[in-house]
Amino acid sequence: MLDVAAIKADFPLLQQVYEGNPIVYLDSASSSQKPRVVLDAMTEYYETINANVHRGAYRISDLATRHMEAARSKVARFIGAPSSNECIFVRNGTEALNLVAHTWGKSNLKSGDSIVLTELEHHANIVPWQMLAQDIGFTIRWIPITDDGQLDLSELDRLLDGAKMLAVSAMSNVLGTIPPIRLLADAAHAAGAIIVVDGSQYVPHLPTDVVALDVDFFAFTGHKMCGPTGIGVLWGRTELLEAMPPFLGGGSMILKVTKEGFTTNEIPHKFEAGTPAIAETIGLGAAIDYLSGLGMEAVRAHEVRLTAYALRTLHERHGDKIHIFGPSEPAIRGGVLSFTFGDVHPHDVAQVLDQKGVCVRAGHHCAKPLMSALGVNATSRASMYLYNNESDVDTLADALDDAYSMFAL
Amino acid sequence: MPGLEDLYREIILDHYRSPRNRGELATPPAARVEGFNPLCGDEVVVYVNVSDDGKISDVAIDGQGCSISQSSASMMSAAVKGKTLAEVRDLNQTFKAMMSIHETNIGGTADEPMEPVEGVKLGDLEALRGVVKFPTRIKCATLGWNTLAEAIVEATAEEA
Repeated sequence: MLDVAAIKADFPLLQQVYEGNPIVYLDSASSSQKPRVVLDAMTEYYETINANVHRGAYRISDLATRHMEAARSKVARFIGAPSSNECIFVRNGTEALNLVAHTWGKSNLKSGDSIVLTELEHHANIVPWQMLAQDIGFTIRWIPITDDGQLDLSELDRLLDGAKMLAVSAMSNVLGTIPPIRLLADAAHAAGAIIVVDGSQYVPHLPTDVVALDVDFFAFTGHKMCGPTGIGVLWGRTELLEAMPPFLGGGSMILKVTKEGFTTNEIPHKFEAGTPAIAETIGLGAAIDYLSGLGMEAVRAHEVRLTAYALRTLHERHGDKIHIFGPSEPAIRGGVLSFTFGDVHPHDVAQVLDQKGVCVRAGHHCAKPLMSALGVNATSRASMYLYNNESDVDTLADALDDAYSMFAL
Repeated sequence: MPGLEDLYREIILDHYRSPRNRGELATPPAARVEGFNPLCGDEVVVYVNVSDDGKISDVAIDGQGCSISQSSASMMSAAVKGKTLAEVRDLNQTFKAMMSIHETNIGGTADEPMEPVEGVKLGDLEALRGVVKFPTRIKCATLGWNTLAEAIVEATAEEA
């Protein structure tokens, strides 16, 4: 079991008190808080070994390079990647998916082709493909969702028939749904398609093994997993990465440049043009050490327990007034609770909760096709992480009473 | 932190619960423009008829969203109905001036705030003054006004 009191103490922001209310942070699906060890690792880099990487012949540049590459190895181990060279550092999950669209997509998709997306996707796994479809002229097919927010796979084989690619989220940022990635990977491969997975909501919360999932590309971001903003990862199979054209051009990504042209560097550097986010990469490495120290199995077990408590408490306290979307069984979902509350608009719910120090998100959560499928324009969303406990859920339930008394029609 | 009573004044909640000029107008002759607040999914649809003598002869509001966006649009519709376009422009500018905030206290360099038009009375719209204390809600309050401005441009362009 996680010692949540001790974990909370590791996060400086969670010690903040506003107007007598301690912060109750329930927006980790948007961005997580950062433990002291991550902040310290970044500060230590700047104070002791700040220099550019892969360039200098002097000691601190070498140390900076080695710390950054150590972080790459930590990433590889954390997601079960066969090689750290398959882990490309990018800005965030969005950039990782855009990288796949601009390189693999541009060189493999043709006019008249089809790709498959799902109604669960975040805009980051929709819009890059729509932009490419406008240029190339391929068709996008959609896997629909069931009433309880799971993928409706009844037509999967038909949808995948002739498709070149399936792009799917490993956990919905709105519903917490955890699609069966291995099953989808097998189906995609059987149809001759590759599978691109958006793991930004998954990696922070569950043990991840890209080999066991048998996926082809896996994208995620650092700032939702206790790491800093500005650093994300694209993992891809070596043979795919080597066959792909480069993404951005510039320093680091080349072997030779003449007036006539250039040749590209080896992976992963081929996809990492320019000075990278060195401190942030080192910070991500520290975040991975922190999570590994707790154990991702323990993190997942804690969140399943807490999700069960939250679903039960919110329903007991607020009955028919609250409608929580997504799977009702905690064991098959993440700790992301999107809900509507009576006739109170989500933006007003979030405003009233803020008054009690409770931080939740309100809106469409960058998933407008999903909101359309759910038949709502907006929801409030409380999302939990390793530093949340039952008391946070109770404070949320209490604060909802305030929203009801203010807006009861 | 300012209290919620600064934001959710009784007259605002009244317009939210009983919105004025709610519905649609036939297009044409009315101009119809949709306004969105992508942050929170608010949507305000403004229908407006401009008469030959340059007055807002009729206005209707549709859409859905939070209490601030919907009540502000409702209050706006009541305030502009029957007014000349020049009066509406002055009212819009004065309202926007009330909604302007300086970000200098957190190191920002905001644009010069809009100046209110001398002599223009905001009336009930004054109730929305508390919104500036909640910066994330300002866009909700101004959504209807921005949409109306677009609708007026469309309505007068059609007549030309």
